[in-house]
Amino acid sequence: MTSAIFAADLPYWAQSLLRVLGGTVAVLLPAGTIVYLFLFKMMSFMQSRLGPMEAGPYGSMQLFAEVGKWLQKEDILPTRADKRVFRAAPLVVLMSTFLLVAVVPFGPDAYFTDFDAGVFYMLAVSSISTLGILMAGWSSANKYSLLGGLRAAGQLIAYELPMVLSVIGVVIQAGTMNLQQIVVKQNSDEIFGWNGIGFPYILTQSVAFLIFMIAVQAELTQTPFDMPIAESELVSGYMTEYSGLRFLIFFIAEFATAGVFALIASVLFLGGWGVPFAWFDWAPAGGHQVSNWMNIGGPLIMLTKMLVLTGIIMWVRFSYPRFREDQLQRFAWKVLIPVSLLNIMVTAILKVAF
Amino acid sequence: MTDVKVNDMADRQKLSYIAAQAADARLNVELETEGMTLNIGPQHPATHGTLRIIVRLDGEQVIWAEPGAGYMHRGYEKLTEVRTFPQVTALVNRIDWLGSFANEVPFILAAEKLMDVEAPPRAQWIRTILFELSRIANVSLFLGDLGVQLGAITPVFMAFRDREYVLNLIESATGGRFHPNFDRIGGLKEDLPAGWITETKQVMKKLRNFCDEIDDLLFGNEIFQSRLRGIGVIPPEVAKQYGLSGANLRASGVDWDLRRDQKLPLAYDKVDFKVWTHPDGDSFARCWIRLQETREATKIVDQLLDGIPSGSVMAKVPRIIKVPEGEAWVSTENPLGEMGYYVVSKGDLGPFRVKIRSASFNNISIVPWVLRGVYVPDIISILASLYFILGDIDR
Amino acid sequence: MSDTPPQPEPTPELVHDTVREGVVSALRAALGDGLIDSVIKPNDDMWVRVSADVWQQTGRVLRDTVGCDYFCFLSAIDWLPSPYGRGEDDPTEPPPERDNTIKQGYAGGETRMQVFARVTNLSQHFGVTIKADVADVEPCVDSWVTVYAGANWHERECHEMFGIDFRGHPDLRNMYLPTDFEGHPLRKDFPLLARMVKPWPGIVDVELLPGDDTDDPAAEAEPT
Repeated sequence: MTSAIFAADLPYWAQSLLRVLGGTVAVLLPAGTIVYLFLFKMMSFMQSRLGPMEAGPYGSMQLFAEVGKWLQKEDILPTRADKRVFRAAPLVVLMSTFLLVAVVPFGPDAYFTDFDAGVFYMLAVSSISTLGILMAGWSSANKYSLLGGLRAAGQLIAYELPMVLSVIGVVIQAGTMNLQQIVVKQNSDEIFGWNGIGFPYILTQSVAFLIFMIAVQAELTQTPFDMPIAESELVSGYMTEYSGLRFLIFFIAEFATAGVFALIASVLFLGGWGVPFAWFDWAPAGGHQVSNWMNIGGPLIMLTKMLVLTGIIMWVRFSYPRFREDQLQRFAWKVLIPVSLLNIMVTAILKVAF
Repeated sequence: MTDVKVNDMADRQKLSYIAAQAADARLNVELETEGMTLNIGPQHPATHGTLRIIVRLDGEQVIWAEPGAGYMHRGYEKLTEVRTFPQVTALVNRIDWLGSFANEVPFILAAEKLMDVEAPPRAQWIRTILFELSRIANVSLFLGDLGVQLGAITPVFMAFRDREYVLNLIESATGGRFHPNFDRIGGLKEDLPAGWITETKQVMKKLRNFCDEIDDLLFGNEIFQSRLRGIGVIPPEVAKQYGLSGANLRASGVDWDLRRDQKLPLAYDKVDFKVWTHPDGDSFARCWIRLQETREATKIVDQLLDGIPSGSVMAKVPRIIKVPEGEAWVSTENPLGEMGYYVVSKGDLGPFRVKIRSASFNNISIVPWVLRGVYVPDIISILASLYFILGDIDR
Repeated sequence: MSDTPPQPEPTPELVHDTVREGVVSALRAALGDGLIDSVIKPNDDMWVRVSADVWQQTGRVLRDTVGCDYFCFLSAIDWLPSPYGRGEDDPTEPPPERDNTIKQGYAGGETRMQVFARVTNLSQHFGVTIKADVADVEPCVDSWVTVYAGANWHERECHEMFGIDFRGHPDLRNMYLPTDFEGHPLRKDFPLLARMVKPWPGIVDVELLPGDDTDDPAAEAEPT
C-alpha cells in the first residue's frame, strides 16, 4: 500500500505505525468533526441559539476544552460495582469502532486490510458494542443503569437483523463481500449503458438504504431509539455511573461509531471513496489505473459523504421524541424485518432477470 | 393541524382496568418475587422539582406507585397567620411560580369579598389580562417541556424563546418577570405603561405562531401520538372524585371552567371564549387541550385589549387595611387548575387562617390510581401530561 | 369603613336563593338532627354545620342526593387565638395579656377545632362548605375516603397538621413532614419558629396608594 503513496519501500514497523496512526485519525477525526459541527453548532442553530462561542473563535476550541474538562474529572467507582467489568466496558465499546474501521477502504490503495469477507466481518464486529453496553449496565450496581442496559440489549439485538438483511441486497447486487470491490464496482458499472454517474447502489437499493439508516440510528441508540439512555427517565441509562475519562470514552465511541457507520453506508450505497471512473477514464480492464492522487482525494471524498450522512442522523436525533421500547421492538420485528426480506427477494429476482 | 379521533374510551378504560387487575393479581400470586423498587426522584430531570415517586416494578411494568411529596413544603398556611394582607400577597406569588400573577388573584378577590370592596372596572380588566398572560407563560413552558420528557429536545427552546416575550410584557407592566406582586386589595399597584397595549397585541400574534409551530412539531408527530394516545386514561367520575381540575378535568369530558361558570369580578363575562373539552381522558387529550387553551388565551387577551375601560386602577381603600370579620372562599381557573383560598378573618391586619387549595395537590393525588399497570416510560409521560408544579403540591 | 351613610341592607327574606335553600332542606331531610346550623349568602355561597357522627353520611348525601360529585378540599380550622400573637412580641418584655376566647365563624361551633370541607356541584354551579366540630381531646372523625376518593391525601395532611384522627382511613401517615415529627404545626399553640427566633418589628413602611401624595400614615389611617 505505502509503496504507492511514497515512492519508497517502508520497513514493516513503519507501515504498522502508519496504520495505527491512520486508524486513530480515522476514528477520532469523524468523532471530533461530528461533535463540533453537528452537536455544537447545527443543533444550536436548529434550536435558535448559538452554541458554544467562548472557547476560541466561534467556539472552535470547545472540543479541546471539553476533552480537557473530562480528563481532569474524578474517576468514581461505585462501591458495589463489579470493578473489572466496570473498567472494561467503555474500552469494549470503543474497541468495536476501531475493529470496524479496519475494513473500510479510503482509496484505491489506502486501506488497512483488504478483506474478502469484509461485509460479513463488519456486521459481526459491529455487535461487540452491545456487549460493552450490557457490561456497563450490569456492573454499575444501579437500578437505572440496569434498566438501561437491559433495554439496550433488547434493542440492539433486535436492530441487528434489519441491518444485516438490508446489506445483503447490496451484496447480491455487487456479487462480492469485499468492500473495496464493492466500491470499484459502483464506480465503474453502468446504468443501462450510461456511465455518467457510475452505479451507486442507493439508486436500486433505496429501501435497503432507508432500513440501514434506521437500523444504524437504533444501533447508535440515538433518538428516536434512545430508550437505553432516555435522559429524562434514566438519566443516561447505562452511562449514569461513569465519569471522567471513562465517560469520555463512551462519548467518543458514540460519535465515532456514528461516523464509522456513515463511512460504511457511503461505501455500500454511495460509491465510497470514488468518483465515477468514467470521468477520468479509469477502467482497470483497458484504460488507465485509478490514479495515485485518489489516495489523498479518496479520504476527503469519504469525509464529505460521511458528514452528509451523519448530518441526517443527527438531524433526526434532534427532532423526534423517543419510542417506548415495546413500540421500538414492534417496529423492528414487524415492520423492518419483513420489508428487508422483501427487498432481498426483489433484488435477487431482478438480479437474475437483468 | 391534528384531527381529533374520537377513540372508544370505554374500550381503553376496560384495557387499563384489566391491566391494573392483572398487575394486582400478579402481586397476589407471586409473593416471593416482589419486583424491583425504583425511586424516581427527588432529584430527577423529569419531575418538575423535587417530587419523589416510589414505584415497584415487575420488569418494566408498574405494580404499585406512590408519590412522596413534601420536599418543598414551606408551611404557607402557617406563614400567612403572621402576615398582613399585602404581605400575604407577596408570599402567595411563589406557590405556582410559573404563572405567579394567577396566584394572587383569588386571594385578593377573597379579601375584597370580605371587605365588600370592588375594584374599578379598569383594574378588573387589567387583572384579567395579566391573569391570561400568566396562563400563557405557564402553559407555553409546559408545551416545551412536554417534548423534553418524551425525548424531543428542540421544542423547549422555542417555548422559552417565545415565553420571553410574555415575561417581558409582564415585567414592563408590573416590574417583575416571575413574581409580579402587583395585585392590591381594591385594585392594582399602578396603571399600565404607555405602548403596552400595542406591544401585547404583537406578542399575542407571535404566540399564536408558536402554538402552530408546536402543533406541527410535536402534536403532529406520529411517535408523539403513539406515546400519548390511550395512556393514562382517567374516566370522568374518577376525575371528579379526586378533584382533578383544569385541563385534566376537561380532558375527561367534563365541561367545567371556572372562568365561565362562576361569577367573579373579573372581565370574563365581557369576552367570548371557547371551553375546550375532549372525550378521551388520556394523556394526549390533556396535552392537546392545553395547547388549545393557550391559543384561546391569546384570543381572550386580544379581545380584552380592545375594550379596556378607562378610569382609575384602585378603589378607595384605607391606608392600613383591616379586613372585617368573616369567611370567604374564592377559586379561579388558574393555569394548573382550580386554585382557591378560604380566608378566615377576624378583623385584624392579617388573616386568621388561610386554607390554600392548590390544583396540583389534587392532580397528583390520582397518581397511585393512574400508574397501575403502565410501563416505566409511561410514568414520565403521564406525569408530564398531568402537569404539576412542586410549589403547588407542597405549598 | 366608608364615608357614605350606611345603605339599608335588603332583608334576607326578600332575596331567595332556591337552589341553596333546596340543598339545606335536602340535608335536613336526610340528616335530621345531624344538621346543626346553616348560613346562606344568597346567590353567593353557603355554609353548613353538621355533627361529627354524621360527617361521613353528610358526604354521601351531598354526593348522591344533592349532586355535589366534585371534591374540592378538606381541612380544619383551629379557632384558638394564637398565644404568640402575630409573632411581634418583644422577647425582652413579658408576653402581653391576650384575649384567648374561642370564637367560631360562620355556622357557629362549640369546640376549638373544626373539620371543614368543600364540594361542588358542577352541573348547577354551586358549592357547599361543610363544617363539623371535633372533640378537644383526641379529636377524631370518620374518613371520607369511601365517599370521595380524593379525600385520601387531604385527610393525611389534616392529620399531620392538626392531629385529627380519621377513622377508616387506609393509610394515615404524614404527607409533608418526616414520620417522626412531633407536634401538629397548624395548631395555634405550635409556635412559628422563625418568629420566635426573630420577632417581626411590625409595619414600618407603607407604600403610597395612587392618588395619595402625603406619606404620613397617621393622617391616612381610618378606623374600620
